Amino acid sequence: MGTESVTEKANVNPASALMVAGLLLLISSGGVFGWLRQARELRLDPPGVSDLDRFRLMQNGISGTPPESYFALGKVYESDAYNLSQGKRLYSWFGCAACHADGRGGIGPSFLDGWWLYGPEMVSIVASIRDGRPHGMPAFRDKMTIEQIWQLAGYVQTIGSYTPKVAAPSRNDDKHTRPAENRGPAKILFDEGPAGVHADQGPSP
Amino acid sequence: MRTARPLLLSVIIAVAPGCSGNQSALNPHGAPAIHVEHLIIGTVAACTAVWILVMVILGLALLRRRRAAADSAKSEARLTMTVVAAVVATGVIIAGLTIASFYTTRSIGGPESAALTITVRGQQWWWQIFYASSGATPGFQTANEIHIPLGEDVNIRLESADVIHSFWVPSLAGKQDLVPGRSNSLLLRAEKPGVYRGQCAEFCGLQHSHMAIVVIAEAPVDYERWAAAQRGDAMVPADPDAAAGQAAFLAKPCAACHTVRGTPANGTTGPDLTHIGARQTIGAGLLETTRGSLAAWIADPQTLKPGNNMPMVPLTSVELQNISAYMESLK
Repeated sequence: MGTESVTEKANVNPASALMVAGLLLLISSGGVFGWLRQARELRLDPPGVSDLDRFRLMQNGISGTPPESYFALGKVYESDAYNLSQGKRLYSWFGCAACHADGRGGIGPSFLDGWWLYGPEMVSIVASIRDGRPHGMPAFRDKMTIEQIWQLAGYVQTIGSYTPKVAAPSRNDDKHTRPAENRGPAKILFDEGPAGVHADQGPSP
Repeated sequence: MRTARPLLLSVIIAVAPGCSGNQSALNPHGAPAIHVEHLIIGTVAACTAVWILVMVILGLALLRRRRAAADSAKSEARLTMTVVAAVVATGVIIAGLTIASFYTTRSIGGPESAALTITVRGQQWWWQIFYASSGATPGFQTANEIHIPLGEDVNIRLESADVIHSFWVPSLAGKQDLVPGRSNSLLLRAEKPGVYRGQCAEFCGLQHSHMAIVVIAEAPVDYERWAAAQRGDAMVPADPDAAAGQAAFLAKPCAACHTVRGTPANGTTGPDLTHIGARQTIGAGLLETTRGSLAAWIADPQTLKPGNNMPMVPLTSVELQNISAYMESLK
């Protein structure tokens, strides 16, 4: 036994040893990169928060310019998994599903069909939530803080996104009634058949 | 020996406080907790006895001189006997501990019939508590604080809104998980009046360590008085500061997440604040309920408990003063 293991030790192939070392290095550097992931911003400074209110909308209320601080933050509200998850929780907490259901729409318009009445830009969605829109969309100005509105807008944008986002909100706790939010464009993956409202609208595959 | 004694003493002094206090499985004040304590002591005693026995036999075997080769058939038979005896003893001890554990588990679970059932719903990171209505008396909701009458079996129904939490008040009851999508139950019973602390015992996210609960066991008369007060609507603010605070509370996003019964505020996302001034702590055991701590919490919840779901609502200093006065007045 003893002599066998000694000879085995002596016969270790330098190439395979190098491979093992490389693999270990790869795993550990993966761990380091995972650890160096995007920092979670839980508390914005009050001036930064109030700046989120200062976006400029076009005359017709569609599209516009986001505030400077939005770019300074790194567009976290549309690209950061934590903020998208918070947006998803706000979607249920603030009763969005009462009109928009799981994103398919009901009393309110659908997000899933990729047909944006006021455009898919974040500022349009934020303005829709904050100030309300004609035909029934209430203003949430006095019900949510502006940061929550940006989080919710990021999530709503994800539902009807044309291209899949890199980040995804957390999964549903109950049964999925439609494709996951990060599988854009959801419309193509989730064709409900001839009953669709806008047969000629939305993206083409 | 002379140096060992102070050392032993200091170890005991360091460790012993963990065995007393209002949050200790070794300081039980209710039937279920006493069952659990007996199981702990029994298991530790059995394991200690076995360990000492094994160590003594091992020591003897090491010290004894090797005997000259005797009759091999006779020694083989003796060896077989020893091994069989050891295996049987191991089986008996493990079976005994298993049976004891089984009966203890059965005796600490939710009672089939209890006069009082309280539903505890785990949230990240606080406890939502429902006292059900019975007959004509309406139910009510509170947070992070349970009151129970002394000497009565109380059934705790455990549910979760988001992730798995665990309800653990070591001095009064066993430990049971709160699992999303199902309901568990646990027996809670106190024999001695007091304030018993508990906390979430299943890692549930960033603020798991700040998810404490308080169980207040009091005489049935006191309990009824407390429950009657809780059933009532919130007090109408008497002093002008608190009245202004109520107006600000209703106009700001506060009312979208919190309920104050008797006012239009009826949000369900955050804790019910109808009688928040009467609770011992805010933020699930984070701070004592004082006007100052309420103001600190409202001004900057993300610094006091990073990651919790209460946003920092922009308020002027006057609004902040008024709202905290209003919160304090909600006794």
